[in-house]
Amino acid sequence: MLGFLLRRLGIAICVAITVSVISFSLLHLSGDLATAIGGPEATSEQIEQIRVQYGLNKPLPTQYFNWLGDLLRLDLGDSFFFQESVYNLVASRLPITLGLGAMALGIALLVAIPLGVLAAVKRDTWVDRLALSIAVLGQAMPSFWFALMLIVVFAVTLKWLPVSGNSTMLHFVMPAIALGYYATPAIMRLTRAGMLDVLSSDYIRTARAKGLRPARVLFKHALRNALIPVVALAAVEFGFMLGGSVVIETVFSLQGIGQLAWDAIARDDFPVVQAVVLLIAVIYIILTLLADVLNALLDPRIRVR
Amino acid sequence: MSTPTTLAINDYLPPPSSLSRVLGKSLRHRGFAIGAALLLIIFAGALFAPWLAPYDPYAQDVVLRMKPPAWMANGTWEYVLGTDKLGRDYLSRLLYGARISLFIGIAAALLSGFIGTVMGLLAGYYGGKVDAFISYLITTRLAMPVVMVALASASLMGGSLKVVIVLLGCLLWDRFAVVVRASVQQIRDAEYIASAQALGCSTLRILVSEILPNLVGALIVVATLEMAHAILLESALSFLGVGVQPPTPSWGLMIAEGKPYMFFSPWVIAIPGVALMILVLGINLVGDGLRDLILPDGRN
Amino acid sequence: MSLLHVENLRVDIPMGNRPTPDDMLHAVRGLTFEVERGEMLCIVGESGCGKSLTSLALMDLLPRNAKRSASRLTLDGIDMIGQSERHMCDLRGNRLAMIFQEPMTSLNPAYSIGDQLSEVLTRHHKVSRKDAIARAAQMLEKVGISNATERLRQYPHQLSGGLRQRVIIAMALMCEPDLIIADEPTTALDVTIQAQILRLIRDIQKELGLAVIFITHDLGLVARIADRVAVMYAGEIVETAPARQLFENPQHPYTRGLLASIPIPGRTRPGEALGSIPGLVPSLVGEQQGCAFRNRCAQAIAACAQDIPEVEQDGHMARCLFATPAPEPIRLRERARS
Repeated sequence: MLGFLLRRLGIAICVAITVSVISFSLLHLSGDLATAIGGPEATSEQIEQIRVQYGLNKPLPTQYFNWLGDLLRLDLGDSFFFQESVYNLVASRLPITLGLGAMALGIALLVAIPLGVLAAVKRDTWVDRLALSIAVLGQAMPSFWFALMLIVVFAVTLKWLPVSGNSTMLHFVMPAIALGYYATPAIMRLTRAGMLDVLSSDYIRTARAKGLRPARVLFKHALRNALIPVVALAAVEFGFMLGGSVVIETVFSLQGIGQLAWDAIARDDFPVVQAVVLLIAVIYIILTLLADVLNALLDPRIRVR
Repeated sequence: MSTPTTLAINDYLPPPSSLSRVLGKSLRHRGFAIGAALLLIIFAGALFAPWLAPYDPYAQDVVLRMKPPAWMANGTWEYVLGTDKLGRDYLSRLLYGARISLFIGIAAALLSGFIGTVMGLLAGYYGGKVDAFISYLITTRLAMPVVMVALASASLMGGSLKVVIVLLGCLLWDRFAVVVRASVQQIRDAEYIASAQALGCSTLRILVSEILPNLVGALIVVATLEMAHAILLESALSFLGVGVQPPTPSWGLMIAEGKPYMFFSPWVIAIPGVALMILVLGINLVGDGLRDLILPDGRN
Repeated sequence: MSLLHVENLRVDIPMGNRPTPDDMLHAVRGLTFEVERGEMLCIVGESGCGKSLTSLALMDLLPRNAKRSASRLTLDGIDMIGQSERHMCDLRGNRLAMIFQEPMTSLNPAYSIGDQLSEVLTRHHKVSRKDAIARAAQMLEKVGISNATERLRQYPHQLSGGLRQRVIIAMALMCEPDLIIADEPTTALDVTIQAQILRLIRDIQKELGLAVIFITHDLGLVARIADRVAVMYAGEIVETAPARQLFENPQHPYTRGLLASIPIPGRTRPGEALGSIPGLVPSLVGEQQGCAFRNRCAQAIAACAQDIPEVEQDGHMARCLFATPAPEPIRLRERARS
């Protein structure tokens, strides 16, 4: 198992490096950075100055390795727009996005897993069909639109929740719902499929033959096995949520890294954009690695004693 | 790193099957029938927009701006779905917007399908180092946050219809590649491939005439899902301003333009959103239905 | 009073999407039998005769769409047909237990052996987990597993098939049930292990005075362990008798056919061809009438198309018009005359 992990780690690192290259080239090859930084009013001398100042006159590979070197020392450079180091910017906003993502995932799991179990137990009845319909409908809504509709209904009409800002927990409820609902159908379907699979297995029949009560059979014996792939999926979905936070945070004006990325994109603040894209990719890579590890840990058949 | 890949393969891998057999059963599948009906409505709306739309979607009339739909107070039946901030008829814009969404969806799906299929074919057929490299590319692509990269790229290149299509085409190929690769690996070792090789057929010919026909089913299923994905992504891009540019009536753009007014005139954002939902729902139902029909053991 | 009383047990399974009464599969058709305390009853039949469904029907563990009914189904006087699911749960694992055919998949891979064993006891009796574990260790030893305490901590995937089946037997014994139903418990095991498990079941049954319903398709097994035998064919019991009598004096043509088709050491001469029963098992979908064996029986007459009554004497029952109650030994190697 250790070999398996090390191999995965190796691939993960290679992928991370590739993403960093892509992230780097995306911005540096898209046009003359110096001109972009200088702005439309800059004179050619000023642009030349900027070029030297930011090391943009060196060959591209050199620039990349310099950037990479800085990166590994956690020196992400300074933002073009904010008078701050990128590191500080990201570090101050990351907790909010992580918190949002965790809450979104929590909501998704809390809704999707019981729905999936219910759909499996009441297979082919109206309950099952309703749950699947909810799932299908959920995947069809654009997240930003859902967010806006939530605002219209809960903040404006019912006045239950605040519209924007991030000072209290309540501020996170709607964003978390808007972010989490997209993962609900996938988790629900996987739970349902897993439960259906497990419920028809021989050891469940044994559990019933032992006279265990239906609830115990369901939750102790069946769920434990059925949820193994769901844990892995949840880790992956969390990664998607971090990526999708851009849209949600923009709509709700939450000061997370999604909003930061969007502000930076709008302002051509390249160091910030690079850093955020790379950060999310790295987190995502770690999460998929974690998913594989969790899978191996939880499935006792894979675990080697 | 293999987790999303594994999930994808388990969902979509079909054995070689006959498409005509599938079509025969398709209309009895309830989800498919509903989805197909929804799609047909939107498709018809888009196709016949010039005849169905009561007004020019770009014609402004400042006097009549922000009129609510006909069934609400202050609404009039002359503008059934109301008007937007510039007095343009919402129904007309909705119909022409369907064209945009469908066009982008289909084009992006075709482009990403092409890229993904080629990569999958190469990886599956040649195996070895080619496969390792392409799998690595797929993993890398999966590691990137699609929305953010799309936003950054679109912003850099300037938003427009063409840019959106090319961008989405270059980002959404991964599922195609995964499914095609897995299918080709299944088929590769079949006897009829060996006999084609023995007859001296060129690799390209084998790939195109022997292997590709067997992938059609899986490809169609994936294409419907990526089409939905592309439409949702485009709407998000347009919503944030880096997708289709005004005055083109993209539904996502309409929602963005309506956002400042949403507290008092929520229908401005509700209507395009519902249209998007119906379109994506239709595509997803059709895709799910096709998958149920093409996979004989049925994952549901 | 017998321990288990079964009268007219039926299991019907609707076939197809929108089943009509004609689409009903009558898998078990009016089974009637009894099991005494401490008795080993073997139910013998070929695949598809309904014996597994019978065992599931007794435990009320049939699949969702199957319907069961009986005029009487009592265990030690307790009615099991009208019982609510809640009360059935109280009986299962407690007064009657079941052992299944596939030991490799019958244990939950996520929990330890000790966990799964102690669970049965704590579910039905007020004992602490500690005491339950202790008793589990005892049971493991009883079924011939050494290193009991270590085994308790292990997981199913760490045990071989034979060991797992022993664990499952131990699990069935935890609450000292009155009746154990064993559905082909040795079929999926290696031949050498089969013999061991068989001996184990026989020994435990004798030692604890358990009643056991042993379901199998193997007449050889039956000869070794059965007190009484019930022969099943096409959802019905066609013959019941004490073991010895069945082998010496089979009354039903099907039983005779079965016996003629297996080699019996000491009786079958080497080089001699074994018999076989021509024809196929009839479909049990739709209304049934008459003897189900008549299309393969050399002795069939017109009257066999009507429902056949049971002929019984001295505990030997046969459902055949030609059954002779007189205990005359018959030549065992009768070839079917076509």
